[in-house]
Amino acid sequence: MKEGSGEDQNVAPSMYSHVSRPSSHRNKNARKGLPFNVMLVGESGLGRKTFLNTLCESAVITGSEVTNAEQAHIAEPMQFKNYTVEMDEDGMKIILNIIDTPGFGDGIDNEQCFMQIQEYLELQFDNVLAEENRIKRNTKFNDSRIHALLYFISPTGHSLREIDIELMKRLGSRANIIPVIGRSDSLTPRELVLFKQRIMSDIVTHSISVFNFPDLDDEDEDAVEENSELRAMLPFAVVGCEEVINEDGRPVRVRNYPWGVVQVDNDEHSDFDRLRYVLLNSHISDLRDRTQNELYEMYRTEKLSGNTSVLANNTSQAVISAIGA
Amino acid sequence: MSAPANDVQDYVGFDTITQQMERKFLKRGFNLNVILVGESGMGKSTLVIRKTTEIAPVTQMLEENGVRVKLTIVDTPGFGDQCNNEGCWVPVIKYIKDQHAAYLERELKPNRERIIVDTRVHACLYFLNPGSRGLRPLDVEVLKRLTEVTNVIPVIAKSDSMTIEERTAFKRHIKEELAFHRIMLFPYASDDDADDDRVLNASIRELIPFAVVGSEEVIEVEGKLIRGRRHGWGVINIFDETHSDFVHLRNFMLRTHLSDLIEVTSQRHYEQFRTSQLRQIKELRAQQAAAAASGGAPPAQPQVPLSVMQHQPMTQV
Repeated sequence: MKEGSGEDQNVAPSMYSHVSRPSSHRNKNARKGLPFNVMLVGESGLGRKTFLNTLCESAVITGSEVTNAEQAHIAEPMQFKNYTVEMDEDGMKIILNIIDTPGFGDGIDNEQCFMQIQEYLELQFDNVLAEENRIKRNTKFNDSRIHALLYFISPTGHSLREIDIELMKRLGSRANIIPVIGRSDSLTPRELVLFKQRIMSDIVTHSISVFNFPDLDDEDEDAVEENSELRAMLPFAVVGCEEVINEDGRPVRVRNYPWGVVQVDNDEHSDFDRLRYVLLNSHISDLRDRTQNELYEMYRTEKLSGNTSVLANNTSQAVISAIGA
Repeated sequence: MSAPANDVQDYVGFDTITQQMERKFLKRGFNLNVILVGESGMGKSTLVIRKTTEIAPVTQMLEENGVRVKLTIVDTPGFGDQCNNEGCWVPVIKYIKDQHAAYLERELKPNRERIIVDTRVHACLYFLNPGSRGLRPLDVEVLKRLTEVTNVIPVIAKSDSMTIEERTAFKRHIKEELAFHRIMLFPYASDDDADDDRVLNASIRELIPFAVVGSEEVIEVEGKLIRGRRHGWGVINIFDETHSDFVHLRNFMLRTHLSDLIEVTSQRHYEQFRTSQLRQIKELRAQQAAAAASGGAPPAQPQVPLSVMQHQPMTQV
């Protein structure tokens, strides 16, 4: 967390940094709920909506609005849709804000999509920047910076496609990107392992910055080990589903196929549970902290010094540290 | 086969023509050329049951009950894989038309082969994305154009991530949307269809798009070897009708509608191409004659080389 330094009088300690301190459980803000903003990006059909509904265990996004044949094929321009859900995670109250991006990648020409998302992310940063610099600041300011961007990759089994690479490259310096393989139940275990390896290899080749579970405290052995495990799981293979059946009295989320039943909560069938724990529990603070202390600060420096090469330097350092492990 | 004694003089034996023709076709075998159109990673190559990393057409000889089929498959790598896919269908349409043009050229030669080598595309398997709700904008654009030049059969490969309900709903949406856009798929309805043809075609139309699962692997299940996919939660047998429509697709293309695919290509798509090309040639000649007379620049060439056309007798305008 950056403290105000004497050299630059314009730098004030962020008034929002106290909300991102890990031990904020007894904090008044924690009683109100910790705001956590997650953006979902991916082509339609990769399970974004189902993922959200499964994550929140309720039908947050209901069935698609388009029901007739005449409109179904029309390329809707990409939209940003907000949903807010209050979650209770091990006693910690979280105000989960989800920003969905329906229309991403669905048209014939999708090059505009990247710019739109980048502008959105930067707008949230700009809002914080403006608020920080006000003479009279609003303590109840609503921080809508994106803390985690879940990018859904199509389960082709091959490697990253051009749209995947372009998106992650452009946005890696503006948000914590967590790559996710959607509908991963279309891949066999062996295919999945190879696919994950190829994706991570592509990510390194193209110098893409993703959230790489950096070790903030090298002395905490458990955390270091956990981060290392999570790093090895990237990208998370998810299967979402909203159907719940009763198995031995326990509600279990499943997908029923003629050849077998996929259990969403079974770690051998999907990484869903692990990802959920990362987002809402183990790494919620790390994600918020990195957004504030690294991504936002980098943006701020670039904006205030009007020097894009500064951003370029910082980006390469961030990339190196992200890949470093 | 013996004729009744008192009809010996009248019996000519032309009732054996069908058998003779059958025998001739069976001996010659069939050439079936199929093009696969879809994004990479949609499972095109697994459907062919043959491993290849080549871009060139791949040929496979199939034989069953004495019927020989030379199956040639052409893949379309890079189709629909970019951020901006505007015009990605152009090379595909061009390939299909080029085959028609090549055939026309051979057909027009004064000394042409007795059996002209046929590389014309008889069927196009169009791969739909199993995740989408229905047709995507790109699908609509491409299908409209493809159905104008070849027989299109839509397929959902990698359909093993869809439950049966999802599959049924998806097929229904696709059919509605295809009807809305008036996209004509093979098999086409015709007034001369016999009743059993109608019934068969109706059942094919019910199945479309074919939900298939492809596999390059042979796995063992309870002592038996099957072609399938082994997931952590079960094994998919691609030949099991409850798992995939693969068997139906194969029967459709290689058995029941094999000769239809070839015939319709020849009598409908090719003839259409031929007529439009020859018309263009005729206009071209007229323009050239006019240009020569006035000393202007020669007009643009149609696809069939002019050299071949020199042999055509000049037709009266």
